[in-house]
Amino acid sequence: MSTNQEYLKAEREKEWRVELRKKIANKERTAIARTKMPELDPFERIKYQDREVNLGLSETQARVEASRCLDCPTPTCIEGCPVSINIPKFIKNIERGEFLEAAKTLKETSALPAVCGRVCPQEKQCEANCFYTQKMKKEPVAIGYLERFAADYERESGHMSIPEVAPPNGIKVAAIGSGPASLSFAGDMIKLGYEVTVFEALHEIGGVLKYGIPEFRLPNKIVDVELANLEKMGVKFERNFIVGKTASFEDLKTEGFEAFFVASGAGLPRFMNIPGENYNGIMSSNEYLTRVNLMNAANDQFDTPVIKGKNVAVIGGGNTAMDSVRTAKRLGAERAMIVYRRSREEMPARVEEVHHAEEEGVEFINLTNPVEYFADEKGRVNRMRVQRMELGEPDASGRRSPNVVEGSEYDIPVDLVVVAVGVSPNPLIPSEVKDLKVSRWGTIEVDKDTMQSSIPEIFAGGDIVRGGATVILAMGDGRKAAASMHNYLTSKKLNP
Amino acid sequence: MNRIVEKTWFSDKVAKIIVEAPRVARSRKPGHFVIIRVDDKGERIPLTIAGADIEKGTITLVVQAMGVSSTKLCKMNAGDQILDLVGPLGKATHIDKVGTVLACGGGVGVAPMLPIVEGFKKAGNRVVSVLAARSKDLIILEDEIRQWSDDVIIMTDDGSYGRKGVVTVGAEEVIQREKIDECIAIGPAIMMKFTSLLTKKYNIPTQASLNAIMVDGTGMCGACRVSVGGQTKFTCIDGPEFDAHQIDFDELMLRLGGYRDEEKAAFERYV
Ligand SMILES: Cc1cc2nc3c(=O)[nH]c(=O)nc-3n(C[C@H](O)[C@H](O)[C@H](O)COP(=O)(O)OP(=O)(O)OC[C@H]3O[C@@H](n4cnc5c(N)ncnc54)[C@H](O)[C@@H]3O)c2cc1C
Ligand SMILES: Cc1cc2nc3c(=O)[nH]c(=O)nc-3n(C[C@H](O)[C@H](O)[C@H](O)COP(=O)(O)OP(=O)(O)OC[C@H]3O[C@@H](n4cnc5c(N)ncnc54)[C@H](O)[C@@H]3O)c2cc1C
Ligand code: SF4
Ligand code: SF4
Ligand code: FES
Repeated sequence: MSTNQEYLKAEREKEWRVELRKKIANKERTAIARTKMPELDPFERIKYQDREVNLGLSETQARVEASRCLDCPTPTCIEGCPVSINIPKFIKNIERGEFLEAAKTLKETSALPAVCGRVCPQEKQCEANCFYTQKMKKEPVAIGYLERFAADYERESGHMSIPEVAPPNGIKVAAIGSGPASLSFAGDMIKLGYEVTVFEALHEIGGVLKYGIPEFRLPNKIVDVELANLEKMGVKFERNFIVGKTASFEDLKTEGFEAFFVASGAGLPRFMNIPGENYNGIMSSNEYLTRVNLMNAANDQFDTPVIKGKNVAVIGGGNTAMDSVRTAKRLGAERAMIVYRRSREEMPARVEEVHHAEEEGVEFINLTNPVEYFADEKGRVNRMRVQRMELGEPDASGRRSPNVVEGSEYDIPVDLVVVAVGVSPNPLIPSEVKDLKVSRWGTIEVDKDTMQSSIPEIFAGGDIVRGGATVILAMGDGRKAAASMHNYLTSKKLNP
Repeated sequence: MNRIVEKTWFSDKVAKIIVEAPRVARSRKPGHFVIIRVDDKGERIPLTIAGADIEKGTITLVVQAMGVSSTKLCKMNAGDQILDLVGPLGKATHIDKVGTVLACGGGVGVAPMLPIVEGFKKAGNRVVSVLAARSKDLIILEDEIRQWSDDVIIMTDDGSYGRKGVVTVGAEEVIQREKIDECIAIGPAIMMKFTSLLTKKYNIPTQASLNAIMVDGTGMCGACRVSVGGQTKFTCIDGPEFDAHQIDFDELMLRLGGYRDEEKAAFERYV
């Protein structure tokens, strides 16, 4: 880590950075108000399923926002970023107008900055650790907005740099799943000269980035550009291929694959197991979002159907719940409700999404939990019984757990219910590979530093290791696994 | 992409399609299914693997035209490409030497039943098959089933072929005639429900293969959930076969109708 500190210092002492710091006094910098992200008008945007809400900063806005950053001697913001992006360096490059340099800085550590700038929970990570938040009780530098700006600028400039690739070393490795963990793993391994194949069960590459997160938050075309780059670098993608079913690990070993990175995600939706939950019109958020995002069900030109409810209740308070409820609003719901058993403060969703949902007219029914569903004679849900909750004393983990308020039941009319109460690790791989060590939650157990599992040639990362986590953590795992798989394979070649 | 090498009609609504899928052909076992998507606008639909040829690298599908997707597939011909095909999915049938097996197939259900009948026969069982359909032209794969059965009874609702009556009539006769150790039921939900009620009366262990509505087929969405023994199961990863006496068939039938209005509208747009 000390080398890292030295590196950061050396970078900070570069002449242009010193000059830039001198140009504007800190007092002036801190007097500037945080930029507001330009967004589509709420009344306008709920008419479209596929228009991005955040429009992105203009060059001027970005440079002004960048000038708020104090280029701190000890940039605490970096400690909040799971992949330790050199935040002041990229921001100062924006301030001086070197946008492509800024993008390059991001790519030193992050494989998908255009994605992370959009979906990272910045308010809990980098921005929570910004000097402004911690020491001045002011709004933090908009690190996420700036990251998105630099990445978008590079993509739209047509000067996207395709990283250099080492000459092929003839060693075949496989990534299983095509979510952010695998994509960043594949990018690093191809750069090192490996022959990389990414296997994906679905007919589209991208994992949750494609089937889960909606267009209005993360347009597919942004992910597609990254995929095209990986393809140009030589990564092979095999769609419609379930490792463990279409072919086993043994089959793949026979075909010459020497090591595997399992990033099969946390795909198994949880239900609450309450009476009536299998009525028609009650589905997991995965089903709802997959129909709309992967299968284009809201578009008449496509064959897959989706139920369009008038009174839609979404159960849960995470990103998945917000994405579902805002999708329902866009598909014409008159009442789109979040039903969440804790209060607003405990919601795990990104603050921005909760705020956007509110602007769009989503109703928040907090401290409330469903207990039973009722249906019409055709088995279609028409009513939901809920009960009120109150928060008790904080438990060992510091979270206040919700307790039932006795006798508080009442009914809400609904014709579509989306259950977004969490996901469990995808059981396919753990159930197909004997001797793979799995925790009692079904996650694959790995060494924290090397991401190596109980089987030496199998590495794992992302949600299959962490349970439902974040894009940036999945990407970080992919990079770590690439580095240690490279070590493993190199030493294996040296000492066979 | 997966090229269709052969397509033949069994009846005016049921087609047999042989398609290139070398890896699936190698990995599949009786009871497995695939999910296909015909074209880039298509939905993902599950179809049982009715047979496979490892040498040629092909699998056989038997499909009945029901709505948009199955009709689109039925209209394809040799040389055409199926855009997406993934599998084999689901748990393979548990095949053992048990004694005498009664296999009841209704409609296109006979197609998924074929590899299972073959498997039980090869495992050394006596196999009695009852094939049922509305009328003569809907009885499929009779010769193939005969090849792996010791006895075959044909039932048609209208009496146009075999004996007149529903599947349970033929099945009950067999049960009264000889000792049955295990029963397999594959066909429309209603047919499986009544077959299951019948075998429960006689205490015969019974497996039914469920045709729940699916999206991904990998356990990711829960569209295919069914109640078995009071617990929610996912048909695509826990099934498609379950202990028939534990299945809530009424719930399954309600759930199969879950998108009826949307599907009807889509079909009208399509034709
Ligand atoms: C609706 C939704 C919204 C979210 N919003 C945010 C957000 O705003 N910010 C954030 O940071 N995080 C968010 N997350 C979480 C984030 O998306 C995940 O943490 C992240 O995608 C995990 O990445 P991964 O690479 O582990 O796997 P995934 O993205 O889950 O991809 C796994 C892939 O593996 C495939 N697969 C599984 N088994 C096999 C197999 N045997 N063979 C081949 N392929 C297989 C699956 O089909 C899938 O495509 C959200 C998640 C959801 C569902
Ligand atoms: C594991 C599994 C294996 C299957 N194997 C075969 C097979 O080998 N051959 C075959 O022809 N079919 C099989 N099916 C059924 C097949 O998947 C459906 O017929 C198909 O999805 C219908 O799609 P569609 O767009 O043509 O019709 P839709 O427009 O979706 O539906 C038309 C009508 O069919 C009903 N329906 C919809 N889905 C199903 C379903 N899954 N089962 C029964 N009725 C349904 C609808 O209620 C509607 O009335 C299988 C299903 C499962 C789950
Ligand atoms: S990757 Fe995420 S946490 Fe790191 S700097 Fe960017 S937005 Fe912040
Ligand atoms: S802590 Fe805030 S002000 Fe300081 S370098 Fe990081 S982003 Fe800039
Ligand atoms: S089809 Fe999606 S979980 Fe079974």
